[in-house]
Amino acid sequence: MTIASLAPLAVVLPILGAALTFLLIRHTRAQRGVSIALLSLTLALECLLLASAWNGGTAAVTIGGWLPPFGIVMVVDQFSSLMLVVSSAVSLAVLVYATGQGMADGDHDAPVSIFHPTYLILVAGVSNAFLSGDLFNLYVGFEILLTASYVLMTLGGTGPRIRAGVTYVVVSVVSSVLFLIAIAMVYGATGTVNMADLALKLGDLDQGTRTLLHVMLLVAFGIKAAVFPLSFWLPDSYPTAPAPVTAVFAGLLTKVGVYAMVRTETLLFPGDTLNTPLMVAALLTMVVGILGALAQSDIKRLLSFTLVSHIGYMVFGLAMSSAAGLAAAVFYVAHHITIQTSLFLVTGLIERRGGSSSVDRLGGLAKLSPMLALLFFIPGMNLAGIPPFSGFLGKVGLLQAGVELGTPLAYALVTGGVVTSLLTLLAIARVWNRAFWRRPTDAEHPDPVLLAPQPVRVAGPGAKLNSTVTLLPRTMVGSTAALVMVGVALTVFAGPLFGLSDRAARDMLDRGPYIHAVLGDAAAVPGTTAAGGTR
Amino acid sequence: MSVNLTLLIVMGALYACGIYLILERSLTRVLLGLMLLANATNLLILATGGYAGLAPLFAKDIAAKDYNDPLPQALILTSIVISFAVTAFMLGIIYRTWLLARQDEIQDDAEDRRVAATPSFDAEDDAEVPAETSEFPLTMLGSDGMDVSDRGASGADAGLQADQPPATVLAGGREMSAEHAAAEEKPGSLNIDPSPEGGGK
Repeated sequence: MTIASLAPLAVVLPILGAALTFLLIRHTRAQRGVSIALLSLTLALECLLLASAWNGGTAAVTIGGWLPPFGIVMVVDQFSSLMLVVSSAVSLAVLVYATGQGMADGDHDAPVSIFHPTYLILVAGVSNAFLSGDLFNLYVGFEILLTASYVLMTLGGTGPRIRAGVTYVVVSVVSSVLFLIAIAMVYGATGTVNMADLALKLGDLDQGTRTLLHVMLLVAFGIKAAVFPLSFWLPDSYPTAPAPVTAVFAGLLTKVGVYAMVRTETLLFPGDTLNTPLMVAALLTMVVGILGALAQSDIKRLLSFTLVSHIGYMVFGLAMSSAAGLAAAVFYVAHHITIQTSLFLVTGLIERRGGSSSVDRLGGLAKLSPMLALLFFIPGMNLAGIPPFSGFLGKVGLLQAGVELGTPLAYALVTGGVVTSLLTLLAIARVWNRAFWRRPTDAEHPDPVLLAPQPVRVAGPGAKLNSTVTLLPRTMVGSTAALVMVGVALTVFAGPLFGLSDRAARDMLDRGPYIHAVLGDAAAVPGTTAAGGTR
Repeated sequence: MSVNLTLLIVMGALYACGIYLILERSLTRVLLGLMLLANATNLLILATGGYAGLAPLFAKDIAAKDYNDPLPQALILTSIVISFAVTAFMLGIIYRTWLLARQDEIQDDAEDRRVAATPSFDAEDDAEVPAETSEFPLTMLGSDGMDVSDRGASGADAGLQADQPPATVLAGGREMSAEHAAAEEKPGSLNIDPSPEGGGK
């Protein structure tokens, strides 16, 4: 019995929590306790998994007594355990934030009591997708998290949320159908859906079939990861959801898509067949995304566009299929989950304090709440890639890998990356200048909350006009601050973390550890970087 | 491996109808389209299982290749359950859309339209910067003796907008209580008429 055999608990515990909180639907306090306790337990467990995989111990757990390649496998390696830890830490912070929001507003309505079970199911789906060792289980993980996200997206059932939810659901279902078609074709071509087994068998197919399957999987994951031109749905649907929900979606859901793309590129289809299209897509994602961000006046929409734009960096690292590029991409995913989520959480606080998330209506927040300004400034600069933050380190890693590659396209991407970074800084600086730095009276349509002489107890956006709410509850500020500190910790411990990403990238490109962990040491691993992948 | 041609033709027809339907603006048709797509995919998975063999119940005297492949059926079962959940949820959303908007069509994103209609000229970024942007009032420099300390940094157009609307409970495009509005009505407050877009909120 090794630590890795506890891996299924990362999925089971949140589902158990969901069942419990669903039973406790009338007892909000017990619900909060159960969900936070179980998520903390999951996080502790995943830290153990990460520790066991830290120095390269890839391990596989078979479930239900069916030996691979027939049964369901869960694989714990450096990449998946790192993703698990980061995602659970982020979801725990968001859960505490959401609980704080619920307590501050004092609402015991039905939509909020459904929040906890749904949220835990979302976490279970994300964990399942990260751990999954076969394509169909990955599909199931995606569906678990998507179905939960449909409910969270339309929480409360207001007009704008329903409108956004429709687009989101339809796009997600179409991408899932594409994924399922790809799985059916993969199964038809090889007779297996186990990823380690596929890694051995896909190499035997002829080039045309391989490329077809490869493209189908990448398109399906590209929609979920919001890679241009498949990213149009994201800025349309994310901003309308409640602040904690948008935060967790922005942090986790697109990254699950990126994770699946990484697995596709490294494990299933190694080599460089589709690197050029991927690089072009990465460049367009970065530039088009950030140009979209510059046009926005609503902070949530602006952040949604920067989210799309920064997915481009990860795809860039992935598309180079070199160890350095992949390592930087792994590091960047971990960094971006934390930073993007904290920025959305801060935006939720801005909306509570300033009464709006539109920069046309905000002003003077730095004076009203210096803490809020600090909480926005640190992740904002981090996102823009200002040294010494982790965003800078991740981008430098990517740019170095791009220069090492040295092709004209790689240089174009390096340039695009620098330009995107500068434009991100511009977008963030505009928010900073308007919402925090100028006087509220200078805003185009200043929000009355900011102009009121004693703004301590007035109606916030989440409450009815006659009820009084705490504008900045301690729990919400505390959980946001904790997440911002995690972002800073990623900078402080960037050395060991980069070491981990480096080992993860090498293991993924080697494919040997993964395949041996799943199929046993006897499995013959095909040539590591050969495009044909002959056995 | 023999392939059932009827199955494939039906699958193709379902895909064609499904894709046609999801391109409609009517939500009910989109839902029907998604259901057709899901069922077409189920047929595709069934087709990957190869020819129709015996039921996969183990018996000693039957060779392994005579059995039907059971795995695709397990996959189909899972996918049916998932599409069932999604269909139920979509029906809920469609009903809610009907309750809220009394129509069965996908709505436009108002904020998106607003951003698209916004001119590229940005009042704050692109306007001519007044020579005096300091926080210290000009009176300290003894220029004209007028106190401009509570004007904004964009003082040039702030002066033009300073004419207040009469006592109202609408301020900055937001409904507010009378006492707040009263607290607002201090000299120098730059509340202008609420714009019809109202910041997209």
